Amino acid sequence: MSLAGKVAIAGAYEHPTRFAPNKTMFQLMAESARGALDDAGLTINDVDGLCTTGVGMGWMGILGFCDYLNLTPNYVDSTAIGGSSFVAHTAHAAAAIAAGLCETVLIVYGSTAASQRFAIGTGGVAGGGEPCDQYELPFGPTTVGSYAMIAQRHMYDYGTTPEQLAEVAVVARQHAAMNPAAKYREPITVGDVLASRMVSSPLHLLDCCMISDGGGAVVVTSAERARDLKKKPVYLLGAGEAVRHTARGMRDFLDIAAAQSGRLAFERAGVSHSDIDLAMVYDSFTITVIVTLENLGFCQRGEGGAFIGGGRIRYDGGLPLNTDGGGLSSNHPGMRGMFLLIEAARQLRGEAGQRQVRECEVALVHGTGGNLGTRHSGATLILSNQAG
Amino acid sequence: MAEQARYLKPLPHLDEENRPWWEALKRHELYLQQCRDCSAMRYYPRALCPECLSPHTDWILSNGRGKIYTFTVTYQNTAAGFREFLPYVLAYVELDEGCRMLTNIVDCAPEQVTIGLPVAVVFDDVTSEITLAKFRPAP
Ligand SMILES: [Zn+2]
Repeated sequence: MSLAGKVAIAGAYEHPTRFAPNKTMFQLMAESARGALDDAGLTINDVDGLCTTGVGMGWMGILGFCDYLNLTPNYVDSTAIGGSSFVAHTAHAAAAIAAGLCETVLIVYGSTAASQRFAIGTGGVAGGGEPCDQYELPFGPTTVGSYAMIAQRHMYDYGTTPEQLAEVAVVARQHAAMNPAAKYREPITVGDVLASRMVSSPLHLLDCCMISDGGGAVVVTSAERARDLKKKPVYLLGAGEAVRHTARGMRDFLDIAAAQSGRLAFERAGVSHSDIDLAMVYDSFTITVIVTLENLGFCQRGEGGAFIGGGRIRYDGGLPLNTDGGGLSSNHPGMRGMFLLIEAARQLRGEAGQRQVRECEVALVHGTGGNLGTRHSGATLILSNQAG
Repeated sequence: MAEQARYLKPLPHLDEENRPWWEALKRHELYLQQCRDCSAMRYYPRALCPECLSPHTDWILSNGRGKIYTFTVTYQNTAAGFREFLPYVLAYVELDEGCRMLTNIVDCAPEQVTIGLPVAVVFDDVTSEITLAKFRPAP
């Protein structure tokens, strides 16, 4: 059974806040849910499926959120695989809708990571109870350190330069300048990135995403129902998900989950790389974008540093990428998969204003969750404003 | 106990599955495991082979030598036990036997660390109970 064209994103909403010390996580989630339902022309009473997870949420947090909103859904999914979770939730919701388990799924996220001062990238890595943790945590891995080790190896194998990494951050800032909601909008240069302090070599401060507060939600429903709603449907054409880990000590660390999830998503959507008008790729760090584009097959392994140069990933380039400014410049409330979906929906509907990609019909969304240098997930979606 | 009270970094939790490996480290012996049925090597230690689920395991004594597969010099870590010792080098070392293990590179300046550098194990007795396998440039 193919999901292609059967399910659509009918509503999408990004909470405008970047710092919300007077709001709770559930409040940001509820405000985001209201925004996405308004966008779709639906009400909370139309929701019969719920997907959520979060950095500030407990093990059974989805139950707490159902309690908070007095929801009694027929379908729940709190798959927690890091920042990619909401991208995976979208595929799970689509499968559930296509299978008749539910009709309209709310996927929602909120976080007060910044106002609560979570040191997500540079604190000790959370956890500690799993077998793998016993052989890692004593040595002081951090999230940024895990990605930095990928960058170091990529530079060693392929000659990727700090300037090439920095270019990803420079373009993100150019896009943020065209996004009124973005947190950092002042232009930066490659020199600024290289002059920012080293956090974990070879990654400088400006190679790293920010920590903000924020929230967002999307509403997913059957294509048939979406066609009768307020906004132009954003159809799901294909999806894939994958994990990579230390592989009993034998891992090739430059082979990331995107290679598998991307291949599945392209096969299932029946589209090719040249059909992609927009790529929304999780930019936790500049290196994440380069290795993700390689693993998704947009260029050969090792060519990512050159590939992103020359304006190619600008909103008016050959492969527009992260047109909202990404986690590097717009927002990053701990987990960013949600905002990849929302910007893709805005672009496919032609709502992106000054940064609108011309003739944007097919978008690829790829979330990375966890740590590239130890364990991570990848979730890929191919979305379109055409049913296929 | 006074020594353990001063040591602020995370310590491994020992259980019946991993205790032989940690006890060997305390004797300053670094082991890998190999499946007796399918020959797959593995690091970290576990009770069953992940390739074939066999419980039959041979313990292979590592020669403690390898080379740096990748690394990062950590300049920022807010966690207690690390923030006092910045910068430090986090690395994957590829052992001669083939497995890659996360570790620290010690006894050298961070700027001397490069991918491919030959290294040798250093047994760091961090508490009276726990020894960690770290690495330094090979003589
Ligand atoms: Zn085996």
